[in-house]
Amino acid sequence: MNAPNIEYGILGPILIVLAAALIGVLIEAFVSRRYRYILQTGTAFAAVALAFLQLVLIRQTSSKAAVSSMSIDGVTIVLQGSVLIFGFLGLLLIAERGFQSFTAQAAAIPGSNEEQKALVSGLQQTEVFPLTLFAISGAMLFPAANDLLTLFVSLEVLSLPLYLMAGLSQRRRLLSQEAALKYFLLGAFSSAFFLFGSAFIYGQAGSTTFDGIRKSIVESGGSDQFLLVGLALLTVGLLFKVSAAPFHAWTPDVYQGSPTPVTAFMAAVTKVAAFGAAIRIYYFAVGGLVWSWRPILIAISIVTMAIGTVIAIAQKDIKRVLAYSAIAHSGFLLTGIIALSKDGLNATLIYLFTYGFTTIGTFAIVTLVRDSGGEVSDLNRWAGLGKRSPLVAGTFTLFLLGLAGIPLTSGFVGKFAIFTAAYKSGNISVVVAGVLASAIAAFFYIRIIVMMYFSDPVEDGTSVVIPSAMTVATIAICAVATLVMGIYPQPVISAINSLAFFAG
Amino acid sequence: MSLGTSDTLVYLIAIPLFSSAFLLLGGRALDRVGHLIGTAASASSFVVALIELNKMLGRDAESRGVTQHLFTWINVGSFQIDATLLLDQLSICFVLLITGVGTLIHIYSISYMAHDIDRRRFFAFLNLFIAAMLLLVLGNSYLNLYVGWEGVGLASYLLIGFWNQKPTYATAAKKAFVANRVGDVGLSLAVMIAFVQFGAVTFDGVAKGIEAGSASSTALNAMGAAILLAAVGKSAQFPLQAWLGDAMAGPTPVSALIHAATMVTAGVYLISRSNFVFDNAPTAQLLVVIVGAVTLLFGAVIGMAKDDIKKALAASTMSQIGYMILATGLGPAGYAFAMMHLLTHGFFKAGMFLGAGSVMHGMNDEVDMRKYGALRKVMPITFATFGLGYLAIIGIPPFAGFYSKDKIIETAFNAGGSKGIILGCVTLLGAAITAFYMTRVMLMTFFGTKRWDSAAHPHESPWLMTVPMILLSIGSITTGFIFSNGDRLKNFLAPVVDKHHHEHETELLAPIVVTGLAMFAVAIGISIALAKYSRKTIPASAPTDVTVWTKIARRDLLQDDFNETVFMRPGQSLTRVLAFLDKRVVDGAVSGVGAMTLRLAGDLRKTQTGYVRSYALLILLGTVAILAAILVVTV
Repeated sequence: MNAPNIEYGILGPILIVLAAALIGVLIEAFVSRRYRYILQTGTAFAAVALAFLQLVLIRQTSSKAAVSSMSIDGVTIVLQGSVLIFGFLGLLLIAERGFQSFTAQAAAIPGSNEEQKALVSGLQQTEVFPLTLFAISGAMLFPAANDLLTLFVSLEVLSLPLYLMAGLSQRRRLLSQEAALKYFLLGAFSSAFFLFGSAFIYGQAGSTTFDGIRKSIVESGGSDQFLLVGLALLTVGLLFKVSAAPFHAWTPDVYQGSPTPVTAFMAAVTKVAAFGAAIRIYYFAVGGLVWSWRPILIAISIVTMAIGTVIAIAQKDIKRVLAYSAIAHSGFLLTGIIALSKDGLNATLIYLFTYGFTTIGTFAIVTLVRDSGGEVSDLNRWAGLGKRSPLVAGTFTLFLLGLAGIPLTSGFVGKFAIFTAAYKSGNISVVVAGVLASAIAAFFYIRIIVMMYFSDPVEDGTSVVIPSAMTVATIAICAVATLVMGIYPQPVISAINSLAFFAG
Repeated sequence: MSLGTSDTLVYLIAIPLFSSAFLLLGGRALDRVGHLIGTAASASSFVVALIELNKMLGRDAESRGVTQHLFTWINVGSFQIDATLLLDQLSICFVLLITGVGTLIHIYSISYMAHDIDRRRFFAFLNLFIAAMLLLVLGNSYLNLYVGWEGVGLASYLLIGFWNQKPTYATAAKKAFVANRVGDVGLSLAVMIAFVQFGAVTFDGVAKGIEAGSASSTALNAMGAAILLAAVGKSAQFPLQAWLGDAMAGPTPVSALIHAATMVTAGVYLISRSNFVFDNAPTAQLLVVIVGAVTLLFGAVIGMAKDDIKKALAASTMSQIGYMILATGLGPAGYAFAMMHLLTHGFFKAGMFLGAGSVMHGMNDEVDMRKYGALRKVMPITFATFGLGYLAIIGIPPFAGFYSKDKIIETAFNAGGSKGIILGCVTLLGAAITAFYMTRVMLMTFFGTKRWDSAAHPHESPWLMTVPMILLSIGSITTGFIFSNGDRLKNFLAPVVDKHHHEHETELLAPIVVTGLAMFAVAIGISIALAKYSRKTIPASAPTDVTVWTKIARRDLLQDDFNETVFMRPGQSLTRVLAFLDKRVVDGAVSGVGAMTLRLAGDLRKTQTGYVRSYALLILLGTVAILAAILVVTV
């Protein structure tokens, strides 16, 4: 028996990031504390940049890889590119040292002496960098997986580091650890469904590769109960990851509890990866079963939009508002999958690409508004920010308008493309719900804007902290992207349209 | 109608837009010259508009429209949207109004806002508004219009909330926002319907699609209704009218520009622009007429009860726009008259708002007319210009409003059948009430005895404020005659709004009879007002022993109470219930149901609401639901 042939070139981007993550672990273990931060950040940024370069080099690839367990095609390239860009921006925020977002020693018990000692002596651990790199590599594998088992493994590679990262917050550590534990337990719970579903599908299709499943559906007509049960359970696992209702409950707690740079990273990267995987499954593997999954996804999409937008109105914590907003956006994104057309595919990728910038920028701004104890996430204390820090408030306004999908921001282009695609495919109910939900959603985004500009500032020590160049760069890149892709989105749209094809 | 191309249209928008950006980014360094730059930008745009008008008049009547392609905005698969500007007979009217009246208001604001430390920012927002409004009327597709539509919304919130020291102002801005969002849903739906039915969102594409018969009448009626919803939100028409009165909290020049002359009339523009939809959608057209007729009376009745001069004018604006909307609902005969009333109204109402601003300027920002009185001697220019606007709005010949309103009343009577008679009577009644409440405003402000606060020292405003008022009042005198003489405006607009040259329908009443009736109605209104307000002294505070009808009118015909009861409270409750469900009820189900458990849970974990086990249960329930659904689908 011959050893299987591995295409190292086209798997390069993933391998580079994975290798750097391993190097990061070694650095953390063996390098003296003084040089760790610089080496860790250097390795991480270099790895992501190199991986991106390699990705650009292989951008014309369209083939299966690693014995058909992966598919490196245009869709993968776009998604991996998005993951790398958002991963880079997330890393910039994580590397910000001015704020002490991360606990000095994650292993120390909250409130214990060790923790206090580590904090006072400034013994900052830097394990967050290799963790982030592992998460990025998982997020790159996830949309590339062409096999249920690879998909499962990459899901875990993506999730496990995120569970840890969620618990690293310096401030309100108990909240942070609780969020991490919740995320882990629920993640494990939904992973079990996912695996169970995979087993069912394998039982019916006799294969775990997407091509095999696709073929078996064509041959059998797809009316087999086991296949459908498997699909339903698989759907649960995926919907958990994209935080669609009713699998969304973890999102606000985790978004709130995690260190904000991690929230920014998670919000953008996980969404891209999870929707990327979902697209490959629904469009490619089980596209033949559209009659069975479309009605369910329509219902879930509508419920998700409704829950996300309506409950966001009642929130008083900025991070929870943004979490519900992320839930609502998952609802909007699902309409792209429901469309099941080339337009829907393009639109989903465009939406993900534009959304990532806006959401990272939003959370980056959240890290800036602080008082002596750390970030101020109570919305009432953001009142009057427009008067004290017009530039920050202005940029935040831009991001919020982008999330609301107001014209001339990238959010509008994404929403327009995705709703148009869904409408063209004849799923009008979901579009009407989407338009209504957008209108409601705009209300709570604008409420924040109104609050920043039209209320009097409260004198309670809340102020905007001047960040280092890394956070500034992140915000600037995100703001420019949000604006430019709103006014002149054509180059991005053309690029994605011409790339987005599945390898047959 | 063939369209030429032009490469100068973009300057109309670009000049104020760049000026706005320059003023905002330039910072404090520009404080001394910011107002001059802003005014110059608006004036330059006006000059460009005049040049365009001159060019347009030089072209043949059938090929006067020109377009300019800027860039391809969105291109998704088979679907392409261009950012293209379109200047035709309809849009040039608006462009001239926006830049012309806009420039006068800029000049006025130089003096009006002289003591405001943020004057530069104010002018930046004014310029932004002008640019967005121009984009709205120059876009060649529903989507381009939508961009401008949102832009004027944004600019107007910034301007309404400009003096944001008081919470009421922020509330006003929010209210305007919500009403507009409801309207915007209408516009998005209209765009969607247009796209699905015709595969195009340009006005031209949709018109051609309708002509080719590629849409059912249901679809056209739905699109018409969606457009109407958008217009209702933007133009403060019934039932989304509540925001306009509150929006008066903003600086008075803003009220004159946005809430009298330009933005609130965007709905009239949208409906006139969509004439090809409404001409083929009788049900939607009927809805337009009803909305117009109801608002016309609604606004007029509110106007009778207001003591705040700006709110009285706002109610009157609502009512006058009701006339315009009504006219657009009357089909090809009505569009031109709606436009004519829109333009004349732009002059006289902006003039009166500036007049009100001038009065407030002299009276320590007092807006209560019960504290005015006998101002005609101390503010002669304001009195004269406001008075000319007054004569125009109530429709005394030969002032501008006479021509435009008279035509609308006439067209309403000619609508045919009982509809014509009802509409005719409504418009006549509206004219009578208008005469009543405007006379009341005049008497309370400029005549009678002094009821000033001891601190008030009224004086005439400086020339920078009076000159724009004088120019606008000249418009209030002359524009009506200029537009209606020889049906000039009607013929000018015909290629856009009346392509098929509809002949006049049968006349129910001879024009001279209609004019006579209208004059009679106006005379009644004036007489009642004179009887009521010129003899007796006016109490300094509003009398409380009034009929329940007066009370209701003072409360804006209960519009806020209605909104609160019907929309806001249920909405808030729904939000609370959903949030509650999300947090607690699932947990209750897990723990064996019961209030005890819930209370215990609440006590135990007040800070944290989420239990992992309830989340997990939710996931399980969701899974069961999905499994059930997928199996049901197969059976």
